[in-house]
Amino acid sequence: MAWIVFIALAVLTIGGALGVVVTRNVVHAALALLVSLIAVAGVYLVLFAEFLALVQVLIYGGAIIIVLMFAIMLTRSADYPRITDNKQWPLAALASLAFLGVLAPSFVIDRVENTQSQNASFEGIGESLFTTWAVPFEIASLVLLVALIGAIIIARSDEEEG
Amino acid sequence: MVDLVWFQLLSAVLFVIGLYGVMSRRSAVLIVMSIELMLNAVNINLIAAASHMEGTGKFSNFDGQLIAIFIITVAAAEVGLALAVILRMYRNKSTVNVDEINLMKW
Repeated sequence: MAWIVFIALAVLTIGGALGVVVTRNVVHAALALLVSLIAVAGVYLVLFAEFLALVQVLIYGGAIIIVLMFAIMLTRSADYPRITDNKQWPLAALASLAFLGVLAPSFVIDRVENTQSQNASFEGIGESLFTTWAVPFEIASLVLLVALIGAIIIARSDEEEG
Repeated sequence: MVDLVWFQLLSAVLFVIGLYGVMSRRSAVLIVMSIELMLNAVNINLIAAASHMEGTGKFSNFDGQLIAIFIITVAAAEVGLALAVILRMYRNKSTVNVDEINLMKW
């Protein structure tokens, strides 16, 4: 059963990802990205990471796709219905396949044996986040604040500067 | 239970697709989308390891999930900044194609 779900989700994930990199319409690319990201949330569910699946749907499906759609709509230029790749795409495909040729065998040859452990509970994640990972958690909030201020300063219009 | 190696292979394929997107696309928006794919591939790898392996030393078995939470946080910050940079780029040069931003190229 887990196998059927995993294969279906893997097909959706990779299909959506391929849609992002091959489509000629940038809005279709955003929708393909959404399919891929929601399928990744399903993969997290197969891995018993319920909290991460929730976060994935909320942050990626809710926030990041919306922000990307804003970026698409606010920068609508004449060539958007039919975007083009740059001239080095065969080289890029070759390099990517070569990288996959290194990465995939390294996973298969040096297999890590499963030592199946207990599932991470919401309580365990929360407790760990505020004890062991408390300092990174605070730094993450600082990163978000700096990114927010930086985005406002970079994106504000020229008339307001001075 | 699906073996760990299949999740690793899925994440490898997803990462490579994102890598191809970063290298072959011209539009900055699509490059950001490809970066999101690569970050998701890393997250799949981390969470698969977290749920298939026992923690060692001072690390508990779900620390991979916590690192994934931080990656998602940084990804959200990155997309917000990327939107600002793309808007600024579009306002100054009227294009979002990265190969037309060649002011500092010689």
